[in-house]
Amino acid sequence: MQALSQAVVLAADDPGQPGEAGVLAALAPRFSVHRTARRRTVRRAWLDTFDWRLHRAGFTLEYLTGRRPAELVLTGPDGDVVTQQASRLNWPALPGDLPAGPVRDRLCAAAGIRALLPAARALSTVQQLRVLNEDAKTIAWLTVDHTAVSYPAAAQLPARLQVSAVRGYQPQADRVAQLLAAAAGRSGAAGCPLDAALAAAGRHAEDYSNKLAIQLTPGMPGRLALRTILLDLLDTIQANVPGTLRDIDTEFLHDLRVAVRRTRSALKLAGDVLPAGLAARFAPEFKWLGDLTTPTRDLDVYLLGYQDMADGLVSAKPAELAPFHDHLVGQRGAEYRRLVRGLRSARFTRLITDWRAALTDLAPARGGPRAIDLATARLRRAHRKVLRQGQAITPDSPAERLHDLRKRCKELRYLLEFFASLFGPQAHQRAVKDLKGLQDCLGEFQDRQVQQQELREFAGQMMADRDTPATALLAMGELAGQLGVRQHRARAEFAGRFRDFASPASERRFDALTGRASL
Amino acid sequence: MKILATYNIKGGVGKTATAVNLSYLAAQDGLRVLLWDLDPQAAASFLFRIRPRVKGGGKALIRGSREIDGAIKGTDFDRLDLLPADFTYRNLDLVLGATKKPTRRIARLLAPLGADYDVIFLDCPPGISLLSESVLQAADGLLVPLIPTVLSLRTLDQLTEFIGGLDGKRPDVLAFFSMIDRRKRLHLDIASQLPAERGDVAATAIPALSLIERMSVERAPVAAFAPRSRAAQSYRQLWDEVKKREL
Repeated sequence: MQALSQAVVLAADDPGQPGEAGVLAALAPRFSVHRTARRRTVRRAWLDTFDWRLHRAGFTLEYLTGRRPAELVLTGPDGDVVTQQASRLNWPALPGDLPAGPVRDRLCAAAGIRALLPAARALSTVQQLRVLNEDAKTIAWLTVDHTAVSYPAAAQLPARLQVSAVRGYQPQADRVAQLLAAAAGRSGAAGCPLDAALAAAGRHAEDYSNKLAIQLTPGMPGRLALRTILLDLLDTIQANVPGTLRDIDTEFLHDLRVAVRRTRSALKLAGDVLPAGLAARFAPEFKWLGDLTTPTRDLDVYLLGYQDMADGLVSAKPAELAPFHDHLVGQRGAEYRRLVRGLRSARFTRLITDWRAALTDLAPARGGPRAIDLATARLRRAHRKVLRQGQAITPDSPAERLHDLRKRCKELRYLLEFFASLFGPQAHQRAVKDLKGLQDCLGEFQDRQVQQQELREFAGQMMADRDTPATALLAMGELAGQLGVRQHRARAEFAGRFRDFASPASERRFDALTGRASL
Repeated sequence: MKILATYNIKGGVGKTATAVNLSYLAAQDGLRVLLWDLDPQAAASFLFRIRPRVKGGGKALIRGSREIDGAIKGTDFDRLDLLPADFTYRNLDLVLGATKKPTRRIARLLAPLGADYDVIFLDCPPGISLLSESVLQAADGLLVPLIPTVLSLRTLDQLTEFIGGLDGKRPDVLAFFSMIDRRKRLHLDIASQLPAERGDVAATAIPALSLIERMSVERAPVAAFAPRSRAAQSYRQLWDEVKKREL
């Protein structure tokens, strides 16, 4: 049984540094090295989700294939290694679709509903050596790894020596790693080989996030700040198109959709700082794009939550809901084909090309507001709107008023996100937290209402098919009832949630945020 | 998790050679194996090139003030770990005597290792003592090497009688002939007759071979340094028989 001790990377093309033999010689006289017959060629693929969930959580997942049975190797944040044999896997794959075992269990927790994709591929020649103490006892294994990366770009990585302690010999293995690192000179210890493989292709891990990755400065022109925001959102839209077209997992479409919604909000809330007519020209096109994505996403939400819904049935049996599942899958297939046609259309290509060209050519406006002034003014206005509309809601108000308020809350939230880099992170996080409780309640209220309406429509469509059993419709009736109860509960919670949001303490925090911003 | 002990009241009958080779073969079969060298002479530890030293000595292990887990060493072979001997093990009877329910102590100490190992071998020192009683209570199977002499058979009967008189869990006894000298008529006669007559004697017998003695020079299981030898084949055959009966 082995525990990872440390990895040492030899310098690639540095004639001043000792080679592999020179580094190993540094272990004498305390330790000796014994070469074993364990030399093999391994094909390796490093896998992660598109949004780097494993890397962010400190995991490295490798799929090794070669002469031996193929295996998944998951290295955790503390260097703990879990392996699982798994032959003939094809990527991308959802964690839940992998063969049962310890690696799958950990992956399901870390990657959730996102598919695993190859982040890099390589061919490695691996030689194992024993490190022996003066009793000729193996105290550590040394793995010498020569890796040629083939994807995302061809590159030869520097030789990598990895020390794994035999159980009970960790201090000696650490000493071995220290001696090797000292002999290897300046290259010494290094990060994981995935990072090196990506760096060889000019990439780095975590180079995609569905969150805005921008840095605005208070004094920059407001128009350029908005341009920075919109370009980042456009990058996100484009980054998610291939994954959506390949239907790799549901979150490509989700991220694309959110970026479109944020773009539309930005145009609505601050489009006036753009040259005249630009926002008005593109807003209808982004509405078209948003609408194009809605039916598929709604069906995805149903299918993602299907098992929980089925398990939550009290009167009906989960199996009775199966025709509903089949109906959802069928509907989703049809809607997805429509979505793909839209994303492959000339209209979509033109929108993306023209929008990027328009943003790239944008020049700063003369006399326009500074970024900080734009942010403060729009945030205050959006905040005022939320307060005004929320205060007008009484227990008798129709559902539409709550829906409108939800939209205002989303707009305020997006503004907070757009301009986050202008504010202190703590004040910004508190403002988001104050808003989030209200948003969750309004979201629950509206989503459950929409789902009830959709259920009725689905039931109507399914009735047209004479083979639909009555038990399926009864089970759907029970689902609609449960959704109604949840919507009712959210409505009852609204007054309290709004009171918290509009509390003097929360308002003071918001004033402090925008007040500090104006300093 | 199964616990198998190599045990005999007599010394020098091949207990350690059996424990070392069978634990190696079990690990080769893909099982996760721990061998606890309970003999202060530390022969099993020596054969695996592991220094016979446990921090805090046997007292700390038995009292539980030192986690067994932290004293375990990996051998040079995949899936095979060793809990080394320590010279203080010579006093284990005294340490056990000072604990509550001493005869159940070894079983209690090993219970938490169930998640890490499929088989635990206990290589016991000779004699009947409080330690051996605690081992007998912990073990699922007792592997008893016998030199085919009338006196050895008498010892097996004494052991069986002793186990029969134990309270609680009793191990399944499987004796086998060890160190058989093919030149001795008596050895061959007893080794061929007895397995047919007694259900607690294995059909496999381990011959007296110089290669087995050579283990102390090679410091490795015979099945590792001479896998195709007759000695290795004999242990493989014995392991197959033990597996069928005990696992």
